Amino acid sequence: MMGPETNKYPRGKRDDEEEEEEEGRGSEGIHHPLSTAEQMQTLTLDEGNPLNGDVSTSKSYSNYRSAMTTLSSSATEHPLIPPPSIATTPTVSDPLLFPPHTPSPDSPSYADVIYSPFHDSVPESNGNGEISNEVTISSPGSQSSSSEYLKISVSNPQKEVESSNSIVPGGNTYITYLITTSTNALDYGGSDFSVRRRFKDVVTLSDRLSEVYRGVFIPPRPDKSVVESQVMQKQEFVEQRRVELEKYLRRLARHPVIKKSDELRVFLTVQGRMPLPTSIDVASRMLDGAVRLPKQLLGESRSVVEPHEVLHPAKVGRDMLRFFKELKQSVVNDWGNSRPPVEEDDKEFLKKKEKLWELEQHLTNASKQAESLVKAQQDMGETMGELGLAFIKLTKFENEQAVLNTQRVRAADMKTVAMAAVKASRLYRELNAQTVKHFDTLHEHMGLMLAVHNAFSDRSSALLTVQTLISELSSLHSRAEKLETASSKIFGGDKTRIRKLEDLKDAIRVTEDAKSCAIREYERIKENNRIETQRLDGERHVDFVNMLKGFVTSQVAYSERIANEWAKVAEETSKYTKESSS
Amino acid sequence: MITTINEQQKSGSALLVGSPRSPSSQSPYLMVSVSDPAKMGNGVQAYISYKVTTKTNFPEYDGPEKIVIRRYSDFVWLRDRLFEKYKGVFIPPLPEKNTVEKFRFGAEFIEMRRQALDVFVNRVALHHELQQSEDLRIFLQADEQTMERARSQETGIFLKKPADLMQIFKGVQSKVSDVVLGKEKPAEESDPEYEKLKNYIFQLEDHLAEAQKHAHRLVKRHRELGQSLSDFGKAVKLLGNCEENPLGNAFSDLGTKSEILSTKLQREAHHLLMNFEEPLKDYIRAVQSIKATIAERANAFRQNCELAEAIKFKEIDMNKLRITRSEKLGEAQHEYEELKADGAEATRRFEKIVKLMNEEIIRFQEQKTLDMGLAFHEFAKGQADLANGIACAWRSLLPKLEACSS
Repeated sequence: MMGPETNKYPRGKRDDEEEEEEEGRGSEGIHHPLSTAEQMQTLTLDEGNPLNGDVSTSKSYSNYRSAMTTLSSSATEHPLIPPPSIATTPTVSDPLLFPPHTPSPDSPSYADVIYSPFHDSVPESNGNGEISNEVTISSPGSQSSSSEYLKISVSNPQKEVESSNSIVPGGNTYITYLITTSTNALDYGGSDFSVRRRFKDVVTLSDRLSEVYRGVFIPPRPDKSVVESQVMQKQEFVEQRRVELEKYLRRLARHPVIKKSDELRVFLTVQGRMPLPTSIDVASRMLDGAVRLPKQLLGESRSVVEPHEVLHPAKVGRDMLRFFKELKQSVVNDWGNSRPPVEEDDKEFLKKKEKLWELEQHLTNASKQAESLVKAQQDMGETMGELGLAFIKLTKFENEQAVLNTQRVRAADMKTVAMAAVKASRLYRELNAQTVKHFDTLHEHMGLMLAVHNAFSDRSSALLTVQTLISELSSLHSRAEKLETASSKIFGGDKTRIRKLEDLKDAIRVTEDAKSCAIREYERIKENNRIETQRLDGERHVDFVNMLKGFVTSQVAYSERIANEWAKVAEETSKYTKESSS
Repeated sequence: MITTINEQQKSGSALLVGSPRSPSSQSPYLMVSVSDPAKMGNGVQAYISYKVTTKTNFPEYDGPEKIVIRRYSDFVWLRDRLFEKYKGVFIPPLPEKNTVEKFRFGAEFIEMRRQALDVFVNRVALHHELQQSEDLRIFLQADEQTMERARSQETGIFLKKPADLMQIFKGVQSKVSDVVLGKEKPAEESDPEYEKLKNYIFQLEDHLAEAQKHAHRLVKRHRELGQSLSDFGKAVKLLGNCEENPLGNAFSDLGTKSEILSTKLQREAHHLLMNFEEPLKDYIRAVQSIKATIAERANAFRQNCELAEAIKFKEIDMNKLRITRSEKLGEAQHEYEELKADGAEATRRFEKIVKLMNEEIIRFQEQKTLDMGLAFHEFAKGQADLANGIACAWRSLLPKLEACSS
């Protein structure tokens, strides 16, 4: 076991953290013993989970974690920061991953990150009113005082052919992208990396992150596009996707928690095939679930929810029984006469949620209006340019055909106007390019709302798990009671009944553990929600201020220049007004 | 509302007849204005009437001031009469008939038309030939019944329908290309300078049409930008409500400024329409009027040639008759004399047209330089004012925004 020395963060902070946790919990009214380190140990080392027949899925999860372990070889000196600090895996006895003396079960690492003085805030808009076309979106690390950075770029798309595994002979082709990273983060064990990844890998990364970082506002990944393979390989599509991927990875690198994740590191650094376990497609899950379910129903295999399972939401197919139980619970919640055993009663959260949805609505609207403003500005520039060109043609014409001097005078006037119009057109277009970048902030934050939705639904599904387990427990208890009273009437006991009672007591024990686990998970997610909401609010504030400043500054700068151009023309043509008023 | 072109014309007229603005009894002056459009009638029969005010000391006129009510078709009548009588003069153009928009009678449309009619009548009043027209006097002075009678009388006899004019235009145009292609040309002038002028006029129309098309679009763009700024402002204000101050305030101010700028843009759109696009349209109409005159000149030339030919044939006839000592000789001689008189008349008419056109083209070019110069000035000034307004409005937000981030 690694001692506290390996823990990077001073104990002081931990203590603060603990206190807060307790307070928080107190107000929730959930009474359960604070999990001690011992209990954790018991849970984590409980390796022999008899999930018969479900080798693949449970194993896959453990495989995943062990995969993470192996890859963290370079991180022996540096404590990794696992968000679900406790029992994310049954296989773990790796002290490196889980410093056992983590007193606060709820993501201490996350809290540390947040409370660290190196909290990042990044304005994504460029140029402070400068008229420049450069975009430098580097990770915030470079701007924060910690000078830790993680720079990522995506480039060089290439076509590759799927090797033998494909069902279709002749192979599928897909596109890979070159992902180059340069960093000074210690746990990367290097400063420059270069790997090839395909879009599927990105989807995998995104899925793994959502599983691990429940409650966190994880930046949403680029959409999968349902298009034909021909379109997939078109230059435009590939380029668009490249840009999206780059943006996505950079956003991940900006996120204070995600940027320290193993998953991201593995994605960025490991050569060859990406070792993160792929998302099991629905079909396979269904197959697995179909195998498990009948056995569970027939009582041949345990139909009890294991503690480690509560750390992920019930997936259709794989966890059919649990899924149905939770579904039933949610129906009871909504339609039943009595209140659910535990409720979301964090008023602040509910209020905040309302506000966020209102914000989302207005953000969407503002985003839309911003787009049409940009279009109107663009049209203005274009038409101004066309007008200028038409006058230039007229000028040439008059000059070529001039018989009288007055025609030449007119041609000269026309030319002045034409040149100004063309210049104004160019200025409008430059201004617009800037405006587009500024308004990107609106679109970005609108996109982030999806992450918020996901994080909040992590919370509600965790709550549902807790509620289900509590209901489950009460029904197990009542069954046990009935059996006890029934068997007490028979003298000497009934062998089968006794055995059944034993089984029930077993189930109760496991379910109790699962319940504690689930409650801890729920609290962890709640805390993540709270911290993330704060972080998002802060970031949004900064981003919006910068957006407004940038927008206004560039509008002022360009409008002044446009005004100057026209003022000159007005001056030169002012003689025409004087004549008319003389 | 006196427009800038009107101003120009008025002072121009004062200049031409050598008198200051204020009417004096010494030097002759003729000042006209078209104002107060009013919708008359109902439904399909509806039309707009205009007040036409004449201030003059011309002896034939009921001075010093007379007001009559006229409608669009009265102006058309005047234009057509002038076109008939004063061949060779570039008759000032009228705004388009625009039968569709007429039904809608939007305020902007009515104002544009009023302005254009005012310009028309003033140009007529300024022209040293046209101002002496009896038809002008009728138009400016006659009571409504007389006017109506005059107007309806002319249908069919003198009224050249636009379709007819178009045919003439086409004829002239095809003749021009025929010349270029070297096809057989029936009685066409071969004056190279005149050819050059004709080419110039036709191409000028195309160029102007394109410029006007973009000017029209530019007006629309101003309106569109104004609209989207207004929508944006509203959206931003709502967004500001979700944020705490001072950011919320900043958003709110941004929204307000956007709405202010939206108004400025709408105003500039109108200004552009009246003071830039309209002069361009006026220019195009003037060019079209010149094309009509070109057609007239071609007619006159053809008539002249035809008569010349007829006279030649008559001479031959007469000689034949002289030889045969026919009694028809006397009659033929009589006819011959008549033909020669007609021929002289036709030649005179043609030459007058040529002379007038030469003067007119100079006047036209000079006038257009002034007109366009003013239009350019208005355009530039409007754009400069708009851009300055935009810069000012946004600039006022900066201090507050600075405060936000501190």
